[in-house]
Amino acid sequence: MSEVMDLPGDDEEYASGVVKKFMFVNRKAPHGSIYALEVLEMVLISAAFDQDVHLAFIDDGMYQIVKGQDPTGINQKNFSKTFRALDGYDIEKLYVEREGMEERGLTEDDFLVDVEVISQAEMAELMNGMDVVLSA
Amino acid sequence: MAYEVNGKSIEVDEEGYIINLDEWNEDLAGMLAESEGVNMTPEHWEVVNFLREYYAEYQIAPAVRVLTKAITKKLGAEKGNNKYLYELFPYGPAKQACKIAGLPKPTGCV
Repeated sequence: MSEVMDLPGDDEEYASGVVKKFMFVNRKAPHGSIYALEVLEMVLISAAFDQDVHLAFIDDGMYQIVKGQDPTGINQKNFSKTFRALDGYDIEKLYVEREGMEERGLTEDDFLVDVEVISQAEMAELMNGMDVVLSA
Repeated sequence: MAYEVNGKSIEVDEEGYIINLDEWNEDLAGMLAESEGVNMTPEHWEVVNFLREYYAEYQIAPAVRVLTKAITKKLGAEKGNNKYLYELFPYGPAKQACKIAGLPKPTGCV
């Protein structure tokens, strides 16, 4: 997505209030701790405030969006399905770090949502351009 | 708090949202609607069923803005707007329709 570094412009959705660039950085595997689910809740709430929201998946965080999850055996909700709802919340800027993806033997086809795969260096640059970066 | 539905007791929380989503059935929905002062018509059921499908697919109750957009897509703009939804559910589609549909309270419901 090349428009990512653009300013929000005069899109009517941004017409009122201050729009900040938020990035939520997911580093942890989806189940076994509460981090992934809590970040997702934050992301959904941030959407209510019409902010410019970005999601990054690095390290084991990218397992959150891997297809074919079934955590019912450990009594967890399969919230991976919720990532597919983000589109409806106008959250479409999702990034996966290429190096981490390759280390884990994953490809773009393994993810249940559309993501942009970028290098570690590009990720760092993207983060630098954010107003707020929240990492978990 | 609990409702008696066909001889079975179904727990709800202090706000009236069902605790175990699997226990939902249409009889319970009718009782929840009654407690909200909502008289269920086919139009109400259409929204309630839409919410249940949305939840099954995405595992969340949608924010109102997202709900209206999704309804527009599926049922048309004359139904996918706040006016229509608030006429059906005067205290808010998020609060009332989700409760009747047996969904948890929507995240980001502001």
